[in-house]
Amino acid sequence: MVDILSAAVDIAFNGLAFAMVLYLISVGLSVTMGLMGFVNLAHGVFAMAGGYVVTSLMKLWGVPFPLALIGAALAVAAASIPMERLLYRRFYGGDELDQVLLTIGLAYMSVAGATYIWGPLQQPLQPPRWLSGPIDLGFRSFPAYRSFLILCGAALVTALWFGVERTRFGARLRAAVDNTRMAQSVGIDTSRLFMATFALGSGLAGLGGALGADLLAVNPGYALQNLIYFLIVVAVGGLGSIRGPFFAALLLGVADTASKYLVPEFGAFFIYALTLAVLLWRPHGLFGRA
Amino acid sequence: MLDSAGVAILARRHRYHPLEAVPWLAAVAAYFAFPSYLPLGAQILATILFALSADLVLGYAGIVTLGQAAFFGAGAYTAGLLAAHGWGEPITGLFAGAAAAALIGLLSGLVILRTAGLTLLMLTLVVASILYEAVNKASWLTGGDDGLQGMQVWPIFGRYPFDLFGRTAYFYCLIVLFLCWLAARRIVHSPFGRSLVGIRENIRRMHAIGAPVERRRLIVYTISAAFAGISGALIAQTTGFVGLTFLGLDRSGTVLIMLIIGGVGRLYGAFIGVPLYMIAQDRFSTIEPVYWYFWIGLLMVLLVVFARGGVLGLAERLQSRGEPGR
Repeated sequence: MVDILSAAVDIAFNGLAFAMVLYLISVGLSVTMGLMGFVNLAHGVFAMAGGYVVTSLMKLWGVPFPLALIGAALAVAAASIPMERLLYRRFYGGDELDQVLLTIGLAYMSVAGATYIWGPLQQPLQPPRWLSGPIDLGFRSFPAYRSFLILCGAALVTALWFGVERTRFGARLRAAVDNTRMAQSVGIDTSRLFMATFALGSGLAGLGGALGADLLAVNPGYALQNLIYFLIVVAVGGLGSIRGPFFAALLLGVADTASKYLVPEFGAFFIYALTLAVLLWRPHGLFGRA
Repeated sequence: MLDSAGVAILARRHRYHPLEAVPWLAAVAAYFAFPSYLPLGAQILATILFALSADLVLGYAGIVTLGQAAFFGAGAYTAGLLAAHGWGEPITGLFAGAAAAALIGLLSGLVILRTAGLTLLMLTLVVASILYEAVNKASWLTGGDDGLQGMQVWPIFGRYPFDLFGRTAYFYCLIVLFLCWLAARRIVHSPFGRSLVGIRENIRRMHAIGAPVERRRLIVYTISAAFAGISGALIAQTTGFVGLTFLGLDRSGTVLIMLIIGGVGRLYGAFIGVPLYMIAQDRFSTIEPVYWYFWIGLLMVLLVVFARGGVLGLAERLQSRGEPGR
């Protein structure tokens, strides 16, 4: 009985940590998809870039971990702005095939580019001493890094939801998601709003990739290897939703951890079957609008 | 009364144009001109069929898919498993590969074609990933990571054995491709094919005029899967090897890229894009295999930004510039 309970706590704990990473990375993808009507298969590149920036900053210049995290998020957000202005913007709401090809092309370039700069090997994340090892909570101990991941994720999710519900930027964003033309008519500069949203989504992905560097290994093939996870989170959550992907990430994170823990011989079958089942039941995702 | 001008346009489309003979003449000429490249040539021919299958589903039905490799791999593993377990007859192997792929196409199509956009794209990827996992886990049967070993393919009709120089393989692939192309051409120019274009261009209107949209999409998805299965079976039989990469995302992405280089929705894009891509890959990727992806990625971006429609699209634009008043 104690064993079962302990296993359940382990699964919930690790699943939650994975879910936080998945959500941070995927929420930007959901918004670009719902708001700009853009299928961005290269979204994982931002997360990968975040992972590379954080490991490089720490290894090469000895930047402290929290600063390196912030640096990764800012660097990725800044780098995404010219991409949005020069490439992505002209395809908003356009032909899906064009978007798919453009972003697959970018993902392929990222594979070669990352190999060129960092080599083919995985970049390990060395968490600082205060985050390695376990934390004892009295009744049992938890790995410190994963606990930090969960706390960080929870704080960011709260901040993000607060920002979307309570700030002027959030109100504009919601208006544009609901009805872009109407938002333009009442004087919202949607082009700049799209740019800011895109940068925010990319920055969050960069942060997610940096935080999750020991869950999703940072290597050149990152963007394509993990693409299916990000797409599942977005599709199951419901396109354009900000909350939907959170519950989808939670479901996927816990299901993935549970299946690896309980039935490793089935591999990823379980989550694929779950995805198919959810989408058969609700083709527009859990929180999507028909 | 029939609109005779409209009928004439459709009839002209269906009639064979002399230019359509060019790829076949080129393929026969290549046999004599490059005798040492026949194994690559056979692979190119089989891959053209794969790209043709992608063109049916993407170019004609407008279904953007990242899972075409699922059917390619299903065909390849079916033919491969048959040949490795005592039934090396190639023609029936092709049919078995086509049937297995079509069955998977039909069953998965029933589920995934209910969705659209990003969700559909993701589900095509999920289907391919499920097959990939299944083949990977069933390593006692499929060889898993190491690939399927020990295929014994019998001579075609018991008379033409596969040789080291790829002569038989080349003509085998060429003939199968030709037959499939004839079938695809018929499908595309049939009323069924025209209704697919209608669905691609304006799905709501097709619904409104009472066309059975869902069923037609499912049918073309299944047919396309069968073609992809034949293509996979061809490659398995002619190279004697099937591996996990046959089912990977790379394979699905690459076939789209080859098709785009040639031009989508034209039935001939595959004949241009695949040879261009594969010959370039054969030349350059041996020098720097990783950076090959960089250039392909860059080419993709440039094609989408500057040259929509690929080589055939460019040719069409040049042609219409030459004809004043169009």
